[in-house]
Amino acid sequence: MEKLKKEIVHPKIIQALLEQDNNLTVEDVLDNEMILNMGPQHPATHGVLRVVLRLDGETVIACVPELGYLHRGYEKMAENMGYLEYIPHTDRLDYLSPPANNVAYVLAVEKLAGIEAPKRAQYIRMIMSELARMGSHLIAIGALAMDVGALTVFLWTMREREKILNLYDVICGARFTTSYTRIGGVAQDIDSATLINIREFIDQVDENVDEIEKLLNSNRIFIERLEGVGVINAQDAIDFGLTGPSLRGSGVEFDLRRATPYMFYNEMDFKIPVYKEGDCLARYFVRADEVRESVKIVRQCLDKIPQGPVLANQPKKVMPRKVEVYTRMEELIHDFMLVNFGLNPPVGEIYHAVENSKGELGFYIVSKGEGHPWKMKIRSPSFVNLQALSKLCIGHLISDVVAIIGSLDPVMGEADK
Amino acid sequence: MDFKELLKNVLTEQFPGGKLQFSEFTDELTVTVSRDIYVEFCAFLKTDERLAFVLLEDLTAIDWATRKSRFTVVAHVFSIANSSRLKVKAPVDDKDFSIDTVTTVWQTANWHEREVFDMYGIIFKNHPDLRRMYMPEEFAYHPLRKEFPLMGIPGSLPLPKKS
Amino acid sequence: MGLEAKLKQDGYMTTTIDAIVGWARKSSVWPMPMGISCCAIEMMAVGGPKYDIARFGSEVMRFTPRQCDLMIVAGTVTYKMSKVVRMIYDQMPEPKWVIAMGACTSTGGMYRSYSVVQGIDQFLPVDIYLAGCPPRPDNLLNALMLIQEKIGKTRARDYDDIKQPEIISL
Repeated sequence: MEKLKKEIVHPKIIQALLEQDNNLTVEDVLDNEMILNMGPQHPATHGVLRVVLRLDGETVIACVPELGYLHRGYEKMAENMGYLEYIPHTDRLDYLSPPANNVAYVLAVEKLAGIEAPKRAQYIRMIMSELARMGSHLIAIGALAMDVGALTVFLWTMREREKILNLYDVICGARFTTSYTRIGGVAQDIDSATLINIREFIDQVDENVDEIEKLLNSNRIFIERLEGVGVINAQDAIDFGLTGPSLRGSGVEFDLRRATPYMFYNEMDFKIPVYKEGDCLARYFVRADEVRESVKIVRQCLDKIPQGPVLANQPKKVMPRKVEVYTRMEELIHDFMLVNFGLNPPVGEIYHAVENSKGELGFYIVSKGEGHPWKMKIRSPSFVNLQALSKLCIGHLISDVVAIIGSLDPVMGEADK
Repeated sequence: MDFKELLKNVLTEQFPGGKLQFSEFTDELTVTVSRDIYVEFCAFLKTDERLAFVLLEDLTAIDWATRKSRFTVVAHVFSIANSSRLKVKAPVDDKDFSIDTVTTVWQTANWHEREVFDMYGIIFKNHPDLRRMYMPEEFAYHPLRKEFPLMGIPGSLPLPKKS
Repeated sequence: MGLEAKLKQDGYMTTTIDAIVGWARKSSVWPMPMGISCCAIEMMAVGGPKYDIARFGSEVMRFTPRQCDLMIVAGTVTYKMSKVVRMIYDQMPEPKWVIAMGACTSTGGMYRSYSVVQGIDQFLPVDIYLAGCPPRPDNLLNALMLIQEKIGKTRARDYDDIKQPEIISL
């Protein structure tokens, strides 16, 4: 192994590492301790996260996460493109649950522009969000298990996820980056045969999750590597701004689907899984339970889904269907106006947040009444959750850092934006 | 009583003298505070038992480009007990683009403020670790300022050579 | 053709060293999964049970560049990341090949912005450009087959004057 050169680590990172004891110099530290660079290309950092660790033997004394290796300038791009154009970009934020991001974005724009999507579209959006949540949690569980050494689980969860991707493929025409929602509705209706397929899929999820849990929950190595590792109590978790499974693993019953219901989540019957321990194992349990709750929500949606249109009838704001554009004059004019001048929402600003698989995904849009936003801020859960990493790691062994990152389940696409 | 009414009453009682301005768009309440009471105001929001805005969801800034006070810092706070959200806005000092940090109130503000510093060049006074969040340290610009072009400035970021 | 049948028949076969080395190389390409963003998930799917890259002799994804001969750059490469990608490429032993997986790796794709490198061919030699955002797993398998074809045609003398480049630091 090559020795870490001093110039590879920026002095400001070193300074952040040494923060607690200001009288130390880097040379002192390098004599007695060790500074270890982990990432950005590392199998266990879930993408391009870079963590610089200061170690005493194998114990972590300080930890500085370094982000920005996947900073793609989403917010700048949003200021330079129309509201409609931006939908495909939201796919690639949290790329483990693309439809859920689409939904979050269009809900924000609809709130700003005062559009209400039809009921059937809302139900379809809920189904898609919950499928996305299942897929994302399955990958999170699989990747966490892989990080601590159980490869089989990863292959099993991958197998389950492929089934979800097949459903996307039928519903949206793309297996991964769906871009499924439109402002005012969804791209196309789900036909009844696909609804039956979704039901067939969710009917067997519980069984498969049981199987995965059987493999993990009785695995002593898995339990011992996670239990009591990376503990954060409820107060600190709120103070660090954690949301999603990471917060619920610390005993705070906070879920935006309940706290500020959007779509029809207030009509759904589901539990919010909460564990008090606040360690990596608790976060894993929360995810596994949430998959089951999602199954319940999808089942209720399938039972309740009404018939009707899937696109709102507000021609000045909602893009018409392509077939209509080709055959009717009015629609052609509206299409022309929307494409050229864009959706012009009123002057104002809104913040709309939804509960995504990683936590609270919020869009803050400032409009000056133009076709493109004046400012758009994405409040990404992974970014905020990662902040707790430097606290969680302290005092643990270096192998636990891997488990902690896995249990926080960051996706760098949205953490770096 | 409606929580919004309560909120307005409590806040105007605590900070009298027209220091707060309330505005509402759709159903979202925004309060604009002056720079000198910004941190005090945030601390009150968090510690007051009736309000309990314990969760700082987001902190960002807006570049108004042509307005007199160019930057505004916006914080979104959430009260878990009351299931209610509030936007707090504070104008940034125009001379040196600086404002006090709220890291002392919510720890999570740390990274949010670093991000704002990186993107807008706003300096947060007394911030424990103010350095760039995303861009390399050598980068000389602040990308989200309105004068920065979308495609960047050629040559501002080095690329390795293709041998 | 059945190696056993051939051996049983006359016990020897004639070929060139180039042909046999090329055949061996192309049948066991060890990829370096340079997973950066969304495409990395599709790359994981290729390793998963449904698409199963093991059928092509490439399931040995090694996260250390020293053991790999094919770099799959999967995801948007930013300027900050470009140094890392180049460093890892330099650490791989010769001969080596590169697949630019996905639109943003090949050309910058939908990310026309200040921080994204508009195509990794600005600092890396690329063998295969792979279309799609992200490409479907079948498409990655196709790229792998194309690269195998290319590897099969290489000859030892192509690498006569190769120097190991110096390793640059971040």
